[in-house]
Amino acid sequence: MKMKQRLWSALIASVMCLGLTACGGAPADTGSGTADVGGSDDLIVVGFSQVGAESDWRTANTESMKSTFSEENGYKLIFDDAQQKQENQITAIRNFIQQDVDYIVLAPTGETGWDTVLQEAKNAGIPVIIVDRQVQVSDDSLYTAWVGSDFRAEGDKAVKWMEEQFADKDQLNIVHIQGTIGSSAQIGRTDALNEGVEKNANWNLVAQQSGEFTQAKGQEVMESVLKQNSDIDVVYCENDNEAFGAIDAIEAAGKTVGKDGITVISFDTTRAGLNDVLAGKISLDVECNPLHGPRVQEIIEKLEAGEEVEKTAYVDETQFDSETITQEMIDERAY
Amino acid sequence: MSTKSLKQKKKLSGTTFLLMVTIGLFILMYAAGMIVFANQGFAKPQMFVNLLISNAGLLVISCGMTIVMITGGIDISVGSVTALVCMVCAFEMEKMGMSAYAAVISALVIGLLFGLVQGFLVAYLDIQPFIVSLAGLFFARGLTAVISTEMISITNETFLKWAKYSIYLPIGSTNKRGIFQPAFIYPSVIISIVVVIAVFILLKYTKFGRSLYAIGGNQQSALMMGLNVRRTKMKAYVLDGFLAGLGGFLFCLNSCAGFVEQAKGLEMDAISASVIGGTLLSGGVGNPIGTFFGVLIKGTISSLITTQGTLSSWWVRIVLSALLCFFIVLQSVITSRKNKNK
Repeated sequence: MKMKQRLWSALIASVMCLGLTACGGAPADTGSGTADVGGSDDLIVVGFSQVGAESDWRTANTESMKSTFSEENGYKLIFDDAQQKQENQITAIRNFIQQDVDYIVLAPTGETGWDTVLQEAKNAGIPVIIVDRQVQVSDDSLYTAWVGSDFRAEGDKAVKWMEEQFADKDQLNIVHIQGTIGSSAQIGRTDALNEGVEKNANWNLVAQQSGEFTQAKGQEVMESVLKQNSDIDVVYCENDNEAFGAIDAIEAAGKTVGKDGITVISFDTTRAGLNDVLAGKISLDVECNPLHGPRVQEIIEKLEAGEEVEKTAYVDETQFDSETITQEMIDERAY
Repeated sequence: MSTKSLKQKKKLSGTTFLLMVTIGLFILMYAAGMIVFANQGFAKPQMFVNLLISNAGLLVISCGMTIVMITGGIDISVGSVTALVCMVCAFEMEKMGMSAYAAVISALVIGLLFGLVQGFLVAYLDIQPFIVSLAGLFFARGLTAVISTEMISITNETFLKWAKYSIYLPIGSTNKRGIFQPAFIYPSVIISIVVVIAVFILLKYTKFGRSLYAIGGNQQSALMMGLNVRRTKMKAYVLDGFLAGLGGFLFCLNSCAGFVEQAKGLEMDAISASVIGGTLLSGGVGNPIGTFFGVLIKGTISSLITTQGTLSSWWVRIVLSALLCFFIVLQSVITSRKNKNK
């Protein structure tokens, strides 16, 4: 009998312990976190719901937010990783509303399904700033501003560079490897090139086909183009992965890329992409900037000062060409 | 001595004990959150009802899961069925121009069909429920992708009116902008609570409910007692399928979209909520009230971690797994004690 009683009490004790550790895990760290909130009321609290950590680009995006909204800068960031699930993001936003954050920053998993929860934020009077992907909502006033990349401007940069480089050429044969059809990156970058071809009489579009943003497909497209046409001057790839595939195909066909061969143009400026720029394989790589933090901060500062903000804000984006790039430039980049 | 111990046993039978542990754990966790995160809104009434709002669909699905687990079975197709229901609803309303009422009906019909087919295979052909529902999982997810791989957003007015219809409660709190915010719930919360109560009554006070426990406890003796084991099992799966359809619809009300990646792993959340709520995997023991608290515990963990703000959200899974381990060990201790007492 005693044995049994002892067993029961042991069980109950272990329940208590587990209960304590289960929630103790979280509060242990937060002792300081809450003290900060209570101690300095002038910190601006920002709740950030991120899609996940599926790519380098995404991780750099998260890091940018974390370093911008630091306590030294006068912010307290509440970060939530949604593990690519929209339902997690919806739950997180509801949590932010109850925490009475000053601003909600949302990098949405998808464009739709935000009506209800953004309405809740609006009712609570909390401004919502959308980053990266856009959202489709029935009422535009549900969010304050959107921050992201201007894909059209990225394409225009590449077109402008081509115009400068090949102004004196009689005929410029261009192969266009598009991204996944329908994605906003593909639409912007394709529109820019199409307009460039119309504007420049000497530009000749040899082929235009989707490489679906992948290396394998980019290589496949380039191989089939090379079989039919040997005279190619420029390959316009809509992201770095397609460019890697295209370069493999060109080299496999016994041709060279770069200054004395086929000029490869790419987008995204991933680290691997920039290394190829440094090696002279990619001639121009236009940046798709994941560092949204500073831009979001600008918007928040304006809102704090009671100023009006633009509904859409683009991040600053630059470009790298093989003539001017250095190892240092690659090293100092955040991603 | 022996009478005393008998009394004690009655007071703390294994199942009641498990239920008490679950409820106690929930209260403990929530109270800890209220103390630690007092100035981060954890003590607000809305924070609590948000647990119900965000998990209404899961709650209904978990009740269905509890029912089949009581019979000793399992249904891992519910997450995919949820995705299928969301997609069919979105597709019907957006691409085919059907009404929101038609969407509800088709959601329930899908659930019922899955329940009927899986129930038939499990009950009458004696196939392992895990395998049957694994096939259901693949089938539903595949069908969802066949309908559309793109995300379909629901813009149907009636549907959005349901999704956004706030029912204000007489309690609330004032935020720091000075706006008084009455706590509110959505209709989905009421539906899910009604389901919990209905399932509780069904299991506790009807012949069908008692037969479920009898079958789960010992199928052989249930058969000898003259219970129609096959038909009862079949009914359990049909009911589970129906609840999966209904839960899927509530899930859809929360996300307002159909997408093939939706509700991935939801079946595992439902199973863990049932287990934490005191349902035995071996069958014969379980209670929707416990499941209700199991869902709340899951919601509270993620709430605590989001509120904390710097911990990775993957910690939710880690804590949940620790809890699961704990409850499974607890269950096995209780079961072995029960067997020894015989």
